[in-house]
Amino acid sequence: MEFHTLIRTASVGNLETVIGFVERRADHFGLNQNKKFGLLIAIEEAFVNICHYAYPDGVGEVELVCRRGVGSFEVEIADCGIPFDLLSLPDPDTTADIMERKIGGLGLYFIRKMTDEVSYRRENGRNILRLVLHIEKEPGS
Amino acid sequence: MDIQIKKEINAVVVTITGRLDAVTAPEYEKRLNELIAAEELCFVLDFEQLDYISSAGLRALLAAAKRLKGKGGQLRFANVRGTVKEVFDISGFGAIFQIHDSVTGALSGIG
Repeated sequence: MEFHTLIRTASVGNLETVIGFVERRADHFGLNQNKKFGLLIAIEEAFVNICHYAYPDGVGEVELVCRRGVGSFEVEIADCGIPFDLLSLPDPDTTADIMERKIGGLGLYFIRKMTDEVSYRRENGRNILRLVLHIEKEPGS
Repeated sequence: MDIQIKKEINAVVVTITGRLDAVTAPEYEKRLNELIAAEELCFVLDFEQLDYISSAGLRALLAAAKRLKGKGGQLRFANVRGTVKEVFDISGFGAIFQIHDSVTGALSGIG
């Protein structure tokens, strides 16, 4: 099965590289523009979260794998940092007014909202977040 | 990201071009904070040329809104469209901020 891998240091300065990599693969595998936009937000949120929290004692790497599944485009984001299931966090209150409003949890909320499926697993000392976007067939194709 | 600042009679219009993400949001927030520190209290943030916003961008907007509210200031948005509007709607920010169709409309809303 065709897949593409990118490994970079978990640093926010690499965000543009990471987003560009996923965007080109999403185009390559035929994800529509609207879904791609949502996916890129989800990727930013997941990547930045790793940059901020996965390696509290130093630097580490992030590995991204993009592949075409059956009727889907999938991205796995893996780090070797402290065990952490982002999906265990609660959704934020999106109805609070300005002064009560908190930003924590909004990134996770976007990851959930902007993808069709999302799952977490801990495997061989790695945190792996798997994002899946369904690819609809064009009418008549 | 490019930021243009224009002082109108009753407000400062801040126009951003490009992306408001984890890389650019700190600089955007810093520019807003500098204006607030210089006693500017009324802002119109023009998003006509804004292509993308993530939670990091929303964090910068919320921080500025809280700071202004504490000082009795005002923050209004103009031209929140397309994918940026989608993010505003999903996050609930579309309901807590005052959003106008144009900069002119936003300026006339400031008393």
